[in-house]
Amino acid sequence: MIGITSVGAYIPRYRLSGEEIGRMWRTRRKGEKAVAGYDEDTVTMSVAAALECMKGLSAPEALYYATTTAPYKEKQAASIVAGACDLVKTCRTADFTNTLRAGTTALLAAVDAVKAGASSAIVTASDCRLGAPMGRFESALGDAACAIMIGSTDVLARIEGSYSVYREFSDVWRTSKDNFLQSGEGRFVDEMGYSPAMREALSDMMKKYSLGPADFAKVVFYAPDARRHASIAKGLGFDKAQVQDSMYDAIGNTGAAAALIMLVAALEEASPGDRILFAGYGDGCDVLILRVEKRPSGRSMKERLAKKVNIGYGSYLLWRELLEVEPPSLPERPAPSLSSRWRMRDTISSLYGFKCRKCGTPQLHPLGQIVRVCVECQAKDDFERYKFSDKTGKLFTYAIDMLQPTKNPPGLNGVIDFDGGGRMLCELTDYDLEKAQVGLPVQMTFRRMSQERGIINYFWKAKPIE
Amino acid sequence: MESIKDKVAIIGMGCTRFGERWDAGVEDLLVEAAYEAFEDAGVAPKDMQAAWLGTVFSGISAMTLSPLGLQFIPITRVENMCATGSEALRGAAYAVAAGVCDMALAIGVEKLKDSGLTGVRGPAVVGDNPDGSACIGSGYSAPASFAYLGTRYFHHYGIDRDEGKELLAKIAVKNHQHGSLDPKAHFHNVITVEQAVKAPIVAWPLGLFDCCGVSDGAAAAIVVRADRAKNFRSDPIYIKGMAISAGARQGSMRPAYDYVHIDENVFAGQQAYAQAGVKDPRKEISCAEVHDCFSTNELIAYEDLGFSRRGGAKEDINAGAFTLQGDLPINTDGGLKCFGHPLGASGLRMLYEMYKQLQGKAGPRQVKNPRLALTHNLGGNAGAGIGCVVIVGNELK
Repeated sequence: MIGITSVGAYIPRYRLSGEEIGRMWRTRRKGEKAVAGYDEDTVTMSVAAALECMKGLSAPEALYYATTTAPYKEKQAASIVAGACDLVKTCRTADFTNTLRAGTTALLAAVDAVKAGASSAIVTASDCRLGAPMGRFESALGDAACAIMIGSTDVLARIEGSYSVYREFSDVWRTSKDNFLQSGEGRFVDEMGYSPAMREALSDMMKKYSLGPADFAKVVFYAPDARRHASIAKGLGFDKAQVQDSMYDAIGNTGAAAALIMLVAALEEASPGDRILFAGYGDGCDVLILRVEKRPSGRSMKERLAKKVNIGYGSYLLWRELLEVEPPSLPERPAPSLSSRWRMRDTISSLYGFKCRKCGTPQLHPLGQIVRVCVECQAKDDFERYKFSDKTGKLFTYAIDMLQPTKNPPGLNGVIDFDGGGRMLCELTDYDLEKAQVGLPVQMTFRRMSQERGIINYFWKAKPIE
Repeated sequence: MESIKDKVAIIGMGCTRFGERWDAGVEDLLVEAAYEAFEDAGVAPKDMQAAWLGTVFSGISAMTLSPLGLQFIPITRVENMCATGSEALRGAAYAVAAGVCDMALAIGVEKLKDSGLTGVRGPAVVGDNPDGSACIGSGYSAPASFAYLGTRYFHHYGIDRDEGKELLAKIAVKNHQHGSLDPKAHFHNVITVEQAVKAPIVAWPLGLFDCCGVSDGAAAAIVVRADRAKNFRSDPIYIKGMAISAGARQGSMRPAYDYVHIDENVFAGQQAYAQAGVKDPRKEISCAEVHDCFSTNELIAYEDLGFSRRGGAKEDINAGAFTLQGDLPINTDGGLKCFGHPLGASGLRMLYEMYKQLQGKAGPRQVKNPRLALTHNLGGNAGAGIGCVVIVGNELK
C-alpha cells in the first residue's frame, strides 16, 4: 500500500496585512499574507518543513524540491535541502520547477519512486512569489513550505488513484528577467484557463473512478484566489463543509505549495476512512484520490498559524530587496571563499562539529575551522562527527546588537550552550526582543546569511523554541 | 626561567595627539611619535640598532616604518590584535634583555580613519578566514562580543538592568573626566552618568559612551639595558614585569567558561605580578591603564587584575576608588574610551601615560608619589583573547 506516511509544514511567522498594503497605496485589501523572514527563502523554508516531516522516521531515498522560486537558475536546490537534512549521499535529488503544478507533479514522481522500490521519498513544496508593488498580486501571494513523505508502510493516507492532464495556457508567468508575477487579463485567464481546466480535471477524475461529490469527505485543490476556490467547488456540487479551507486569507496564495499545504491541513483534521479528492493546478492539472488511514500526530495547522508577527510595509520592501537603501557605514562582510566553504561543508550544511573520542567533549570551532586538537584534553585528531543542528540549547549570554548585519534590526546574537555539550557563538533569528534573556531555550534553524558574488551563504542560526 | 625585572629601561617616549587625524597619514603619525621619543631620550634615529613596529591594519612588513628613514637596521612588524603595541615593546625589550642590541625602538601605529567607515574592520566576525574571506559568516559586532560580558555579569551577580547600566556609566564618566585633562586625548568632553545611561544603545547593554573612540595615532618607546639607563636621563623607568597570555578560543568553545572573567587577563596578570614581586596589586600598584575598549572590559579587568575582589568591582566603582582622587587611579589619561584606540598604538600609549606618571610629569592628572604602574591590553575578546600586562617602576632595585 503506497501513500502519505508523514507531513510537515512551515509557515513563516511574519504577516503583511492587506490593511497595511492598503494604507500604503490607498486601496482596500483584505486578509494577510505570510512573509518569509529576511533570512529565509524557499530552500530554508523547505528544510524546516522537511525536518518536521522526517522527525522520527528513517531517511527517504529521494528528495524532490518543488517551487517556482528556486534561489538559483542553475544549481540544484534539492541537494542543498538534502544536505541540511543530513540525508545519505545516495538520496536521489531533483528540482521540480517553473510551474504552479510542481508540487503535485513532484508528489506523483515520489509515488512512482516508491512504486519502483524506493523505501520512501519526500517532497517539499514551497514558494516566495512576488507581486509588483501596487498591483493586484501584491497582497495575494504568500510565502510558505510544506513537506510530504511518500512510503509504503505505516501509511496515513493511501493513494487510490491519480490523473494528470497538461494544458498549454498563458495565465501567469515570469521570464528569467521578471522579478514580479505577470498575468493575462483577469476574466480571460479565468474563464478560458483555470476554471474550465480545474472543473474538467476534477469531474473527469470522479468519472474515471465512478465516484461523485458525496463519496468525498473533503475536496482539496488549488485556486488562484478564494472566490474561484469557492465557485469551482460549488459548481461541481460540493457542499461548503466538504471544501478544505484555502487559508488564502491567513497566509496568501503560496503558489506551488498552496494545494499541498491545504492537503496537510486536511489530513490533520481527517478521520480514518475519509476519502479526499486532491488537485494541483498549473499548465494543466494533477488529481489524486486519497483514503485516510489515520490522522498525523504533531502540530496542527492552527498551531502553526497561531504564532505570527505583523510587519510594516517598509520591512517588506527591505526584506524582499525592493528598495535601494543606504549601505551601512560599517565594514562590509567579506565575500565567501568557496574552497574554505567546501572544506567546512559538513558544518555549513548540517552543523556537524566534533566529539573527542578520548574525553567525549562535543565541540564546534567558532571560526568554522576543522578541529584538530581537542579544546578540552588536547588529544590530536581523535574525533567522531557530532551533529549540532538537531540539538536544542540555551542562551548563555547575549547582546542586542545594533551593528549586526540584519534586515530586521536590532540584531540579537549570543552564546549558545547546547544540551548535551558544546558551545556556539551565533546569530539569533525570529525572536521577540523583550523575551531575550539568559537561559532562553533555543533550537537551530537553517538560514540565508548573506549573498556575495551571487553565491548564497546558508548557515545555521538559533531561534527561540516556541 | 629568569624574570625580565630590572633588565630593561625606557629612556624616551613619544605619543601623538589621538583622534580623527585627517591632517596626518601613517607617515606623519610615525614621525611625530618617534621624534618625540628621540628628543625625550636625547638620542638620534641613527642610535637605534633595531626596531619593532606594531600595527594591525595600517601596513605590512618592516616597510611600514620606512618614513623614519632608519638605515638598514633589523625591523620587525608585529601584530597581536589590540595587544599589538605591547607586543612591539615586548620584542624590543627582549632583544635588549638578551644583549643582542643596546638600544631599540618600539613603535605602534594605526590609521583607522582613512577607511571612510565608522567601525573597525575587525577579527570579531564569526567565520572569518585568516585571509579575510568569510567561511560561515555569522555576524556579531565587536561591541556585541563585549556586551556578552555585561549581560552575564549582571545575571551572575544579580545586578538589575538599571543598576548595571549605571555601573558601566560611572566607568565612562571617570574616563571622560580624566581624558578632559589630557590635551592629546581624542575627546575632551566631560559627561554625566545620566548622559551615559541615556545614550543610544550600540549593543545592549553597551551604549555609545561604553564604546571607545575609533582613532588615529602612534606611540613610541626607546629601550636600553637598565644598567645604562642613567647615562641618558636621571629619571628612566624600568620594566618590572611583562607577560602575555594567548587563548585558543577556549571560552568560545567550552560551556565551562563563565563570561564574568577573562582567563587571558588573569594568566598575564599573575605572571607579571610574579616577575615584579607584587603580592597585593591593589596596594602596591600606584596607577594603571587597563583595556577599556568597552566599559564592561574595564569592569572585568578590575577583578581579573586583582584590583577588586571577584564580584567586588561594584563597590569599588561606587566608592570612586579608580578615579584620580581614589586609592588606585585607573586610565588617568582617559583610557581607550576617551584618549582613543588606534589599535597598534594603544599598548604603547598606555605605557606613555604611566611613564609620565612615574616621572611626575602628568600635570593635572598627576598621581601622588607613584612607584609601580601597570598597563593591560586585551586583544580579541572574552572567550578568545590575548591578555598582556606590563608593570613598570621608577626605582631600580
